[in-house]
Amino acid sequence: MNSKSLKVRTLIILAVTLAGIYFVFGPRRTPTGADFTWAGIKANLEQNINLGLDLKGGSHLVMRVKTDEYLKTLTENNAQAALTAAQDAKLPVTGSNVVADGSTYSITLNLGPDAQGAAVAEEVKKKVDLINWTEDVSANAVSWSLPSTTQTILKNQAVEQALKIIESRINAFGVKEPTLQRHGAEASAQILLQMPGVEDPERVKNLIGAESNLMLMKIVSPPNPSPVQTYPTREAALQSVGGALPPNRRVLPYAERDARPNADGTQPPPSWVVVEYPAVVDGSELRDAAAVSRTGNEADYQISFSFKPAGAQKFGEWTGRNIGNYMAVVLNDEVKSAAYIRSQIFDQGEISGQFTKSTADDLALTLRSGALPAKIEYLEERTVGPSLGADSIAAGLRASLGGLAFIIAFMLFYYRGSGVNAVIALILNMLLTGAAVVMFGATLTLPGIAGFILGIGMAVDANVLVFERIREEIRAGIPVSKAIWMGFDRAFITIVDANVTTIISSLILYLYGSGPIRGFAVTLILALLINLFTAVFVSRTIYGWLLSRNPEPKSLSI
Amino acid sequence: MFQFFTELKVDWMGLRKPFVFISIAILLAGLISAAGRQLTDGGTDAFNLGVDFQGGTVLTVKFREKPTADDVRSALNSVGINESVIQDSTDKPDEKLIKIPIIEGQATATPAPAPDANAQPQGGTTGGTQVEVGRAKVKSALDTFGKEAAADQTLEQDATAAYKIVGTDSVGPVAGEQLRDAAVIATLLGMIGILLFIAFRYDWTYAAGAVIAVFHDVLVTLAFFTVFQWEINLSVLAAMLTLVGFSVNDSIVIFDRIRENMNLNRTASLYDLTNRSINQTMSRTVVTNGLLFLAVLALVLFGGEVLRTFSLALLVGSIVGTYSTIAIASPIALWWQSKIGRAEMKDVTAEKTSGEKLASASRRSVTRRPVTR
Repeated sequence: MNSKSLKVRTLIILAVTLAGIYFVFGPRRTPTGADFTWAGIKANLEQNINLGLDLKGGSHLVMRVKTDEYLKTLTENNAQAALTAAQDAKLPVTGSNVVADGSTYSITLNLGPDAQGAAVAEEVKKKVDLINWTEDVSANAVSWSLPSTTQTILKNQAVEQALKIIESRINAFGVKEPTLQRHGAEASAQILLQMPGVEDPERVKNLIGAESNLMLMKIVSPPNPSPVQTYPTREAALQSVGGALPPNRRVLPYAERDARPNADGTQPPPSWVVVEYPAVVDGSELRDAAAVSRTGNEADYQISFSFKPAGAQKFGEWTGRNIGNYMAVVLNDEVKSAAYIRSQIFDQGEISGQFTKSTADDLALTLRSGALPAKIEYLEERTVGPSLGADSIAAGLRASLGGLAFIIAFMLFYYRGSGVNAVIALILNMLLTGAAVVMFGATLTLPGIAGFILGIGMAVDANVLVFERIREEIRAGIPVSKAIWMGFDRAFITIVDANVTTIISSLILYLYGSGPIRGFAVTLILALLINLFTAVFVSRTIYGWLLSRNPEPKSLSI
Repeated sequence: MFQFFTELKVDWMGLRKPFVFISIAILLAGLISAAGRQLTDGGTDAFNLGVDFQGGTVLTVKFREKPTADDVRSALNSVGINESVIQDSTDKPDEKLIKIPIIEGQATATPAPAPDANAQPQGGTTGGTQVEVGRAKVKSALDTFGKEAAADQTLEQDATAAYKIVGTDSVGPVAGEQLRDAAVIATLLGMIGILLFIAFRYDWTYAAGAVIAVFHDVLVTLAFFTVFQWEINLSVLAAMLTLVGFSVNDSIVIFDRIRENMNLNRTASLYDLTNRSINQTMSRTVVTNGLLFLAVLALVLFGGEVLRTFSLALLVGSIVGTYSTIAIASPIALWWQSKIGRAEMKDVTAEKTSGEKLASASRRSVTRRPVTR
């Protein structure tokens, strides 16, 4: 190593070290005097290193959108709409069948005698959107089924839509720096939500999962001025439609808003009403919703809402035709209020009910964000209190520093002067790995720290390999100056082989593993790449300096 | 210079039978423990799987006045949780870990509507998968000891509170399976990657030796986990991956030395070269792995509860990984070479070469040739 290349190498090392120090301890803005104080460095370090939830505390939720249910509901609604369309056109259709078993989704309309299948199909498609469905017309039935590619697309859309809705809900709720993204394979329909600092995710979970499924439906009842037709039990309501529920009717509970509690304090049991299905308009047509106080009383809030133009148009036409009839405001399959239609209404409505301010606010919020396309189930929920995370860091750090101190002491004892060389390389390795973690914006988790530790272990090993080799050469009678380079040359092959093997397996872990495994793989790969630099390039340069001062040393402190 | 081994002359390959015997004995012990636990009626499962892989909920609860495990258990019984594991935190005297299995059914859900009335077009939350009810149920049980500290306050700040849930891990059956599968698949693919790379750089026989040694290490570590019923969770998985890395690293160091010695000394038998390579690198093996062992021991002793199983797995792994390179990886490579006629399983050159000066560091270095197989 001549003195010129020695200088170049030294400059490279200095530059990299300074860059590393800046990345780990420096601010991401113009530095000020405060950045050079102990507190300033600490603050910058905390800002730069992105700690995982397991270390800084927070909630980690994995949820799944029930896309099967979404397709099932879609199929059932289309079947109902198709049947209604055919019957409205006075076509001889005897009934409908629905198959929705998780892989097949199909609608079949059974034709009466003398029915023209093609004419039925024609009529139905005018009213119902069945463009993506495969049509099959036979002598006594018309059927539509969803091809599996379309199923996949629709499911994916449902998840994307759910993601948007959840995002607007948590943003409105004010969760700080949430992570919200698809999780796992696309077909698994999973969503990951991480909320740093949120220790008890109960309210957020309720908000995310809230149904807030609003429908305005026509009540089957004689028109005003007769009172609205209610039934004392579900069975009685069913009896009124002939015992079995036809596809275009629903029986729903109706809790009277202003009903007085019974003498013993219990709420009176709900009555039941029969409504027409499908709904006149539903929550997807909402433009806005807000919580308003009816009387200024804290426990007496209600929700007022307005429709988008298309919904308002639909609602206006329908109310115009149904003046005097009763209409139900249905929230989550419960009739919140029933009122007769006095005049044509276009775009305003309200949900009365006994809401407190916070439940009314949450409900208005979820109504504004729209209803979820399908139900959500939680697969995984982890919360880490900030103190628990801090304790993990402290304990892990204490033990790691203890281990490191021991390693340093041993290297200095066992390899003497050369041990200093190893310690410099080791500390540089840790600094640069930290800098790389910051540069790539990787999140440091507990498994990530494990990867870091393995990286340090292999950095120590690289030094040991070189030193043992140099010792061997010296023992074999080789002059010191030559023995050093031989030791490096030979050990280099071993170090590269060992590091590359581990890098390959870590890359595979990164590609195929899930969250925690990835965290491990990332820090390990970074540490190993840096190891090749510190254990060989840096260590070699230090020996180069040593030899440049005394080209033919009699002995080496190793 | 101070140094552990300089002139080691141990016939490691001659010890292969006792080595294999030891390995098989440990693996058998693990197998018997696993099978015994699995088959005994009312016994525990083969492995003490944490909630990460099995599903369930574990809560870390900090108490002002810690109740006994029996008190907690009877409180849990009163809310219908009959199976629970209650542990004291080993490093924090005021904390307990409460582990409950998956709660089936819809504990907090409203009764499901009749099937003919539930075809609503859009939906919201499910009533209660276990992930949702676990924490709430335990909380309602713990409320018999007093109230929980408010959400934004620590137990110290809220003087009226009796306890505080400081951590929850709740994993549903689907997620548990997913994590398990992802871990196993990634690890197996990783090993295939190692196999291919070593086969490319060295030889299939060495690749097989290294990978079998890695399998051996993982199995032996698992044997310890079933015998002592240490809990297997995600951090143990990270530790397993770490020890796979160390084990392969160790094997490579020795293989590399064998390859080098082979190129320098084409007359010596592979049996002899393998022994000599192990002996030559013994100093490095002891230093590196000794340091690793001591560093991990520090983690076991002072690393705290969260890192405990992680460091225990690493502790076992650091010993097993070193051992397997000498006792498993090298003999298997040698055995395979003997099967294809490139070596013999005994020390044929012992007498012939004893007087010869072989593989001195100087000759090796000067006559280094390109790597060939």
